[in-house]
This record gives sequence, structure tokens and C-alpha cells, in this order.
Amino acid sequence: MNIAAAPALNHEHDTHAGPPRGLGRWLLTTNHKDIGTLYLLFSLLMFFIGGSFALVIRAELFQPGLQIVNPYFFNQLTTLHALVMIFGAVMPAFVGLANWQIPLMIGAPDMALPRMNNWSFWILPFAFALLLSTLFLPGGGPAGGWTLYPPLALQTGQAFPFVILAIHMMGVSSIMGAINVIATILNLRAPGMTLMRMPLFVWTWLITAFLLIAVMPVLAGTVTMLLTDKFFGTSFFNAAGGGDPVMFQHIFWFFGHPEVYIMILPGFGIISTIIPTFARKPLFGYASMVYATASIAFLSFIVWGHHMFTVGMPLAGELFFMYTTMLIAVPTGVKVFNWISTMWRGSMTFETPMLFAIAFVVLFSIGGFSGLMLAIAPADFQYQDTYFVVAHFHYVLVPGAVFSIMAGVYYWLPKWTGHMINEKLGRLHFWLSVVGVNVLFFPQHFLGLAGMPRRIPDYALQFTEFNMISSIGAFLFGFSQLLFLYNVIQTIRGGEPATDQVWEGAQGLEWTLPSPVPYHTFATAPVVE
Amino acid sequence: MATQATNALAVAHRRVVRRLLLVVAAMFVFGFALAPLYDVLCQITGLNGKTGGRVAVARPVAVDETRTVTVEFVASLNAGAPWEFAPKVTRMAVHPGQYYQTQYLARNLTDQRLVGQAIPSVTPGPAARHFQKVECFCFNRQAFQAGEERAMPVTFIIDPELPPEVRTVTLSYTFFKLDDAGG
Repeated sequence: MNIAAAPALNHEHDTHAGPPRGLGRWLLTTNHKDIGTLYLLFSLLMFFIGGSFALVIRAELFQPGLQIVNPYFFNQLTTLHALVMIFGAVMPAFVGLANWQIPLMIGAPDMALPRMNNWSFWILPFAFALLLSTLFLPGGGPAGGWTLYPPLALQTGQAFPFVILAIHMMGVSSIMGAINVIATILNLRAPGMTLMRMPLFVWTWLITAFLLIAVMPVLAGTVTMLLTDKFFGTSFFNAAGGGDPVMFQHIFWFFGHPEVYIMILPGFGIISTIIPTFARKPLFGYASMVYATASIAFLSFIVWGHHMFTVGMPLAGELFFMYTTMLIAVPTGVKVFNWISTMWRGSMTFETPMLFAIAFVVLFSIGGFSGLMLAIAPADFQYQDTYFVVAHFHYVLVPGAVFSIMAGVYYWLPKWTGHMINEKLGRLHFWLSVVGVNVLFFPQHFLGLAGMPRRIPDYALQFTEFNMISSIGAFLFGFSQLLFLYNVIQTIRGGEPATDQVWEGAQGLEWTLPSPVPYHTFATAPVVE
Repeated sequence: MATQATNALAVAHRRVVRRLLLVVAAMFVFGFALAPLYDVLCQITGLNGKTGGRVAVARPVAVDETRTVTVEFVASLNAGAPWEFAPKVTRMAVHPGQYYQTQYLARNLTDQRLVGQAIPSVTPGPAARHFQKVECFCFNRQAFQAGEERAMPVTFIIDPELPPEVRTVTLSYTFFKLDDAGG
């Protein structure tokens, strides 16, 4: 194991070496800050690519009938939108934030395995080049939905092996990232930084990393089975050979449900960092936050059946998955309670990161509540595969995961770049986003309850009005994100200089460093308390 | 001293990485282990409508004349399958405990010899283990000469222990061409 960035302990200054120049810096870098930046920029690019897929989908759904794309291409867009947003935008953004922040927050000089860190990032562009190249193959990209259910997914044409290989590469990248995070947190904490003193973002990432290590190999296994079913004559999911397509759903969701917590737990950590800063109070119930996160992670392994209520399951199974799913509301409720209690009687100010954090608490809770509705097995028979499900998971993923990422970027960007963000523009971005996202997704609840199925390019006339409203919201939300892009670029290029603490109420090791953060930090570990 | 600390750290990192890689490998294997586990679970519980090639042992049971269960017969083919395949009757009213026989008709649409296999499935899932096939064309491979048409019998009995809330049981067969498992 090469400890490339092993700290030279005799150096007194941590500004002794700047980054090398040119393209080589980014290709060969083992610096956690560079790799964090690469992850975040890659994620931003994927966010816009996945977002443009979504806008084509919403443009097609603006009116009933087929206007813009043919149904087959529409199905490719829904499939790729999901894959790009999940594996390309949300997960790499969290890994990017982890790369930047975990070493700074625990007083480590770098990630534990810097060279592997470089590798885990540079796999991603290749994985997504492979995935997106399928759009240009004869027969087009995958169109059977991101869940890849057989036998439909097995009918994918030439794109199929490309998609499977891309998913394998994304999995390898995630697993390497997760191993790195765990090794860093377990071995590189500054003296005095006990586990129960770690910032909550570090805690949530530690738990997320364990989830990744537990379930990404299962996904790798199940897509491998698809691959051998298609090309090597096995019959894992083929009834003719004694297999069972329903088994795919069990294995897939055994991965898939922990996966949705992988996409939200680090967000919980970011929100738990931002709210105390702008409420100017320590986080309420730190220990209960840690235990709540761990309980959510544990429960995520035993609830997968709630994705399959209508597939056919004995009553005992339906009840088991229904009750365990509803049980998740308890630790999640503890978290929401703690965030609100932290704000209670705090000296609150409403800078951009805080606005996003508060919107997260409110809107994520709406997504949580619709999740509880879906958890009720008998009710789920009505909601399954309707737009109600689409509304539910977009509420937890867009104003949930994506808002938490944006809150984190606005919060830490001044520390990274040394420039304050453009607050006015940030607030404008916030208000347009929060209005846009609700106009976009709230009507979809009604569409779903009225029976509109998901993943269709055309719909019955009575759904027209709500679909139009939803599409208008989509374009408002989508184009508002250009403000985010502009603001980030402007902040990198210049702006009002940031102080070391940046935000008045900010606490933690990263704020003891100068702004912008030097290229090498904590060559000598700080002592906590 | 500096190198000593670095070495200790390298050892610690290596230990963590080795353990985590072990977990990764174990979970990858676990994913595959789920396949046989799933089959065993389905066999024990009879869930999921998997009635497979199980031959029910004919044993004397009392016929429950007071109860009538509707049995529906469904035949399906995957796209492009070279057969015609249909049940002779689509529904029957039966008494639990009594033997019944019905037939499925299949015709080879090609001008070559074909071998097929029917895979049964029963819904609702919990009824599967109470639907017992004493004799079934699905127990064996079925060979068809070019253009041959044939009726294939299935003899079944509904176990009187069928849960009382089940009033309709659907028996579905998918007929697969054997030399091309991919369907």
C-alpha cells in the first residue's frame, strides 16, 4: 500500500508545495482536494446531462399524444435519466464532498489510500462514456428501466453488455471510494477526535460507506447473472430453464433499498452540519443522530419487499415488509425532530446554505410521508407504478439529496476557493428552485392517485392539466440550475474574500484553516480538545 | 520516527483494506448464493406459484362436495415461439378432493421436429402447494413432428386444505422451445 501523501512531519508550514501545473495535475493527482473537485465537477456535468434527459421527457409529457420523441426513445430517456442521476450525479457528488471534507473535518493530511482514490474517480468518466455511447448504437440505449427487470431487460439489443459493464465499473468505483472513506475515518483521525466527537457528516459517511460495501457487490452479482443469462445460456431468471424472473427483483431490491439510503444519509450529515451553524446552537441530540443513522442503515437491509408488494407474496411477507418499512419513520422522525430542536430559539440567519437546509427538512419530510403511504401494503396496490411513486422518490431525491448537495457546496465553497458566494444570486437560485421543484413534483401526486402510470410517453386526456403544470415546473427548475452553475464559476474565479471561519457560527476543524484551504493541510495532526 | 509512524499507518491501512475486500468478496458470493436459497425457500413454502415438476402422490381424500372452486387455465408463449398453444377449456368448476382431467392443445407451426417444455405456475401463490398435479405433460419434454398437433393431458386435484378465502385458482403454462433456452 503506497502512502503517497505521507505527511512530512518535520515541515512546519503546510503550504510548502502547490499543485503541479497542466493537465497532468488532474490526471495523476492523489490530492484529496483535487479529487474532490474532479468528483464534484463530474457530478455537475452528469446533473446537467441527466437533467436534459428529464426535460425532454417533460416536454413530451406537456401534452397528450406523441409530439417530440418516439416511445422507444422515450423509454431510453427514462432509463438513462435514472442511471445518470443516481450513479453519475448524486453518488459522485457525495463522494466529492467526502473527499474534500472528511480529511479536513477529522484533521487528516489526505485520504488513507490516495492512489486508489485517483483510480476510483478516473473509472467514472469511462463508465459513463460507455453508458451514454449506447445512445448511438444501432437499436439505441437500454430502454427497460433502470431496474433492469428481466425478461424485458434481456431484450435490450447491442447496448446490453455496454450497460452491464458500465454498471460494473460504477460499482468498482463506489466500492473503492467506500473502502477509502472507511480506512481514512478509522485510521487517520487527529488525536482526541474520538468516534463520538466526529462531525455528523463524517459519521453518516462512515455508515454510508459500509452500506456501499455491503450492497454494491450484490448488484454486481445480479447484473452478472443477467449477462450470463443473455450470453452464456444460464437460467437464473429464465423460467424455461428452471429460473425465476421474480428472483431478480428480490436480489435487485436487496441492493436497491440500501442504495436509496446511500443517496440520502450523507445529505443528513450535511444538513446536520449546516443547521447548527446558522442557528448558532450546537446540534440537538448528537448521539441520537448517530444511533438514528445506524438504525436506518440496519433497517434498510430488511425492507426490500416493499418494492414488490404487488408481485405476489404471502400475507406474512406483506405484513413483515410493511411494518419494518414503517419502522424506518421512527429514526427518521428523530432526525427531523433534532433538526427542528436545533433551530428552536436559535439566533437564526438565512444565508443560502441555510435556506436549502430548511427546504430540505420540509420537503424531504413530504417525501417521507408519501413513503409511509406507499409502505401500507393494501394502499400500495393502488399506488404501485403510478406517478405517485414518481412524486415520492423525486421528493426525497431532488429537494432531498440534491438540495443537501447544493447546500453543502454553497456552505463549503468559500472555504475551498477563498471567495464568498454571490449571496443575492444564491438566494434567487434557491427561491426559483424551491418553487420550481414543487410545481414540478407536487401535481404528480395527484396524477398518480388518479391512476396515471409511470414510464409512459402518452396519457389519457384527463391528466393533461397537471402534466402541463408539472412540465412548466420542470423547465423553471431545470433552467434555474444555470444560476447555480454561474454562481459556482464566479465564486471560483473571484469575489469577496472569505474569512477563515467564513460563517459566523461555523464550528469544526475545517474552519481553523485559512481560506482558501492550502493544497496540503494538517501535515501535523491537530489535537482536538 | 517519522518513518516508523508511517509504517504503522501503512499496516493499519492494509488491515482495514484486507478486511473490507473480504466483505466485498463475501457479499458478491452472497448475491449468487441467493439464487439456490431462493429456490429452496420456494420449494419448502410453495410460495410464488412454483409447482415445478412435482408429482403429487395420489392419496385418498374425502371429496368436499359443499365447496366449489373455479380453476382457470391459461396458456402463454413468448414472442416468436413456433407453436400454437391453448387450453381446451378455459375454466372448470371443481370440488376439492376430486380428480379432474383436462387438456392443452399444441401445434408445431414449423416444418421441423421441435422439442418443448411447459413450465407451470399457479396463482394466487399461496394456493400453489394445494394444487396438485398427478399427471402432467409438463413433467416431460414434449416432442412434436413437423406440423404435428396434439392434445396433452393434465390430471389434478385440489387439496381440501386450500385456504377457504381462495375461490379461484389459475393454472398457467408457458411453453418453451428447448434447444433455445433464451426464448
